[in-house]
Amino acid sequence: MRLPAVKVFLVLLFAVIFGGVVANGPLALAQAPAAATVATTSSASQADRIAALEKQAADNATAIAAAQTAGDNGWMLVSAALVLMMSGPGLALFYGGLVRKKNILGTMMQTFAMMAVITVLWALVTYSLAFGEGNAFIGGLHNVFLRGVGLAPDVKYAATIPLQTFMVYQLMFAIITPALITGAFAERMKFSAMLVFMVLWALFVYSPMAHMVWGKGGLLNATLGGKFPCLDFAGGTVVHVTSGVSALVTALYLGKRLGYPKVPMPPHSVVLSFIGACLLWVGWFGFNAGSALAAGTLATSAFVATHFGAAAAALSWSAAEWIRQGKPSALGAISGCVAGLVAITPAAGFVTPMSALWIGAIAGVFCYMMVVKVKALFGYDDSLDAFGVHGAGGTLGAILTGIFANSVINPIFGAGKATGLLEGNGHQLLNQLVGVAIAWSLSIVGTLVILFVVDKLIGLRVSEEAEREGLDLSQHGEEGYDWAH
Amino acid sequence: MQKIEAVIQPSKLDAVKDALVEIGVEGITILEARGHGRQKGHTEFYRGREYSVDLLPKVKLEMVVTDEMVEKAIQAIITTARTGKIGDGKIFVSKIDEAIRIRNDERGEIAL
Repeated sequence: MRLPAVKVFLVLLFAVIFGGVVANGPLALAQAPAAATVATTSSASQADRIAALEKQAADNATAIAAAQTAGDNGWMLVSAALVLMMSGPGLALFYGGLVRKKNILGTMMQTFAMMAVITVLWALVTYSLAFGEGNAFIGGLHNVFLRGVGLAPDVKYAATIPLQTFMVYQLMFAIITPALITGAFAERMKFSAMLVFMVLWALFVYSPMAHMVWGKGGLLNATLGGKFPCLDFAGGTVVHVTSGVSALVTALYLGKRLGYPKVPMPPHSVVLSFIGACLLWVGWFGFNAGSALAAGTLATSAFVATHFGAAAAALSWSAAEWIRQGKPSALGAISGCVAGLVAITPAAGFVTPMSALWIGAIAGVFCYMMVVKVKALFGYDDSLDAFGVHGAGGTLGAILTGIFANSVINPIFGAGKATGLLEGNGHQLLNQLVGVAIAWSLSIVGTLVILFVVDKLIGLRVSEEAEREGLDLSQHGEEGYDWAH
Repeated sequence: MQKIEAVIQPSKLDAVKDALVEIGVEGITILEARGHGRQKGHTEFYRGREYSVDLLPKVKLEMVVTDEMVEKAIQAIITTARTGKIGDGKIFVSKIDEAIRIRNDERGEIAL
């Protein structure tokens, strides 16, 4: 009985396939008369034909624009999500692994809190301060509460994506930048003080710096009428110099952790840091290649430069460590990769893959020396090396961008016009230094004033007892690792 | 009744445990431990900072056995845990006054 059943099934299957072919036949034929209709219009008057062609051209243009928006917007939304992934879980794990286990949740919460606090603040006021119309130093209040930030593009910023996509993408940068600072004051700052500090910092340091470099009419903007056109593709000055230098100021102001450097404070889990660093590497493609603000060729060159910079720096940091200490550590390799990503951030989108290798290689060794030699020399407790990696790497990257920027990759000053020093535009190096100097000055002064105010208002540091107990228990009433259950 | 406490290299745990079960040791408690004897620790580097780690991972075994089992158990541990290098661990033996099985109040050797 089973064989006939199979036969019936096969017959039915053939019937369906054959029927489909026959049924499709008339459908396919049905298109022919439609084409014939177009052909018959040829016998109509010339004016009608021109009108029809014009309409078709307009329809095509609309369709092409829609297709480009779809493509660009798709990439930009993914990029925005990738940059958020850099904060949580990327940076939270990277920093979380480096502290002692009694502080893991406190450290992770500092980054996570930025994801919430800076987002709300961005909607209320900081987007407007950073990207709204304003003067050369800061944006105005036209876009507070995201007024006027709709789904139509802002042609000056990004012509092919909704302004809201641009807004939410830039928000992710505003989140990770203050989160980077938390590495400097790890294991000793009050959660409440940290929140107030970060809100003020976003208002008075990040917003003006972002406006100067990326905002319309900003002092350092390279394309929208800046006085000192500074090349910063994805945030070497805006993100890494500001966060790194502010980190150093905070570490100096707060002082060392109890017992530092006599009491050993090794990372409690390099494994967590390892996962975090790998997430940072992947997320950084959204950070840098996304900064093309479109899915075109520039995004590809930024993507490639990012990857090559990270790889070269992981190798050069490891090599330096191998030579100096006899062993290449996992923590060294991932720290090198982050240093390379930092240094390539301003340069991605301006440099060739070979230049990216150089930038990464230099950054790996440079940041290694900063973290190992310079920190020990001065004795400050930049607990997780936010300055050594981001401040130093960001400064180096901004300067190297002025050297390696290439008009073939990105003719930002016009086709064929020299961009960086190696192409013959020595003046660019000067502009880069102006950008770096402003970022350093604003970060030092702004951070110092904010720290002073917050210290007077509510106090910055936790009590000695709370510090010994750990931030998890003293600040949040919980523990990351519960050994008893 | 006597209590045997043995601190051994973690990598030797399975061999020691199997040998003890084979000679008839019924109950055993195993603890992950950290410590050091005469063995010096090692140094670790994190971002160039040197940390000397002198508390090394060890495994501690505890068992209470009858007097006639003590020497057999000691021999079983020594033969399986010894590598001949520094850091192999130590065995401590002490008298036990009483043993009580919680389930049914049995006391003495029968409770082991």
